[in-house]
Amino acid sequence: MGIKKEGIKLINEDGLRIDGRKPDELRPIKIEAGVLKRADGSAYIEWGKNKILVGVYGPRELHPRHLQDPTKAKVQCRYDMASFSVIDRKRPGPDRRSIEISKIIGEALENVIFTHQFPRTSIDIYIEVLEANAGTRCAGLTAASVALADAGIPMKDLIAAVSVGKVDGEIVLDLVKEEDNYGEADVPIGYVPRTGEVVLLQMDGDLSYEEFEKALNMGIEACKKIYEMQKDALKRKYVKVATEIVEEVE
Amino acid sequence: MTSEEIVSEIKRDYINRLAEVGRRIDGRAFNEYREIVVEKGVISTAEGSARVRIGGTEVVVGVKMDLGEPFPDTPNMGVLTTSAELGPLASPTFEAGPPDEKAIELARVTDRAIRESGAIDLQRLCIEEGNKVWVLFLDIYVLDYDGNMFDAAEYCALAALLNTTVPASRFDMGDDFKLEVERYPISMTFAKIENSIVVDPSLDEDNIADARLTVSIDEENRIRAMQKGLSGGFTVDEVKKIINTAMELAPKIRKKIVEA
Repeated sequence: MGIKKEGIKLINEDGLRIDGRKPDELRPIKIEAGVLKRADGSAYIEWGKNKILVGVYGPRELHPRHLQDPTKAKVQCRYDMASFSVIDRKRPGPDRRSIEISKIIGEALENVIFTHQFPRTSIDIYIEVLEANAGTRCAGLTAASVALADAGIPMKDLIAAVSVGKVDGEIVLDLVKEEDNYGEADVPIGYVPRTGEVVLLQMDGDLSYEEFEKALNMGIEACKKIYEMQKDALKRKYVKVATEIVEEVE
Repeated sequence: MTSEEIVSEIKRDYINRLAEVGRRIDGRAFNEYREIVVEKGVISTAEGSARVRIGGTEVVVGVKMDLGEPFPDTPNMGVLTTSAELGPLASPTFEAGPPDEKAIELARVTDRAIRESGAIDLQRLCIEEGNKVWVLFLDIYVLDYDGNMFDAAEYCALAALLNTTVPASRFDMGDDFKLEVERYPISMTFAKIENSIVVDPSLDEDNIADARLTVSIDEENRIRAMQKGLSGGFTVDEVKKIINTAMELAPKIRKKIVEA
């Protein structure tokens, strides 16, 4: 957590945050499935000011072959931030932060994919952050689940993800950049609604047990809402495809 | 993963036979461009940005600016730096990692069209001669590769520059101001398939092309940059014909990019 500048108030007298949201309110989220032509599955998410594109390839033969697992598919994730996605230009290509995020998102997704159905293959998930404003790993994971489903890859469930934090001593949902920079804690949560499992969890900052519990509950409730938006995105895409097929037949 | 697209012999023969009778696999005429969609200002963290679609090919360009030192041989000029990322989400044949030769060629060809046409007057980006200048990063991200990324990248770069505001106030250098774009170069890429020449090659055409030629034309119909690619060759007449076709088609596309 960054050092808070004196005089910056992140929550006003009415209990509203700098962008006018209530403590447990999500930013506007828009998800679209099947947006790329070449990828086997894809999704685009706009989450507040975050803009993220996800492409999925596979299951396909894994090269080099010595990395193949004869019992299951290898889930490989690459999270990447475009150079212009942040105010101070980021050098293109992976850095330590994006390598770590790629790893934990890949591991979370492996939890919900029936990898044993596709031995010796890889399932590749590419997350491209085009514009960033805090919470990109959660938005990326949320969109990646939709892209995997769009690719027709058998899954236990979708993963919904959101971050919860502490700002001016209060637990708040879905931090924006200023809150992330000057807040006191940040807890990204990835949740599988069908099984009730938490598959992504990180934390930095300073929280009491009670605060953590409150944050986790708030995050899970929000994930359930996000889950509905994910399903809605898939339904919209496939109802459209189904309508086109019916029209062609007629 | 393979790094080359594989086209079946049957498809290759089919495209070649179609070309012999003046037709293309997607039904276009030889000098017919696919639909172009241009959107400007799509990334608010960038100083300027654009998204361009040519058929199924999609590219995003973001401009970032910073203060820096000029090169010693051009002490009174700002610095233009172009990079291209062929991210693995854009095609099953693109691999993650540092830019490979394809990405470097794309960045350099785009850079040349912008730089050599004088689209940006780099002297205007000089703040203090020999000491302090604006550095302009032109970063190209190919998001979906469905053929002819050279033109998509160049149109997108031009559109992003037209959308750029120099962030002077962020660096305590006075008020923000619009970047002046002085020239409007339009690149046009042609592929040679057997003995036919087609504009704006689709993915299949790109994959089986024997030779490729990109020509950049400015608004006064002057040729500002060229790049020939692949192992095949062009006759002199073919090159002349290509330039004439490019001069015919460029104004309509330029209008679309400027007015978007």
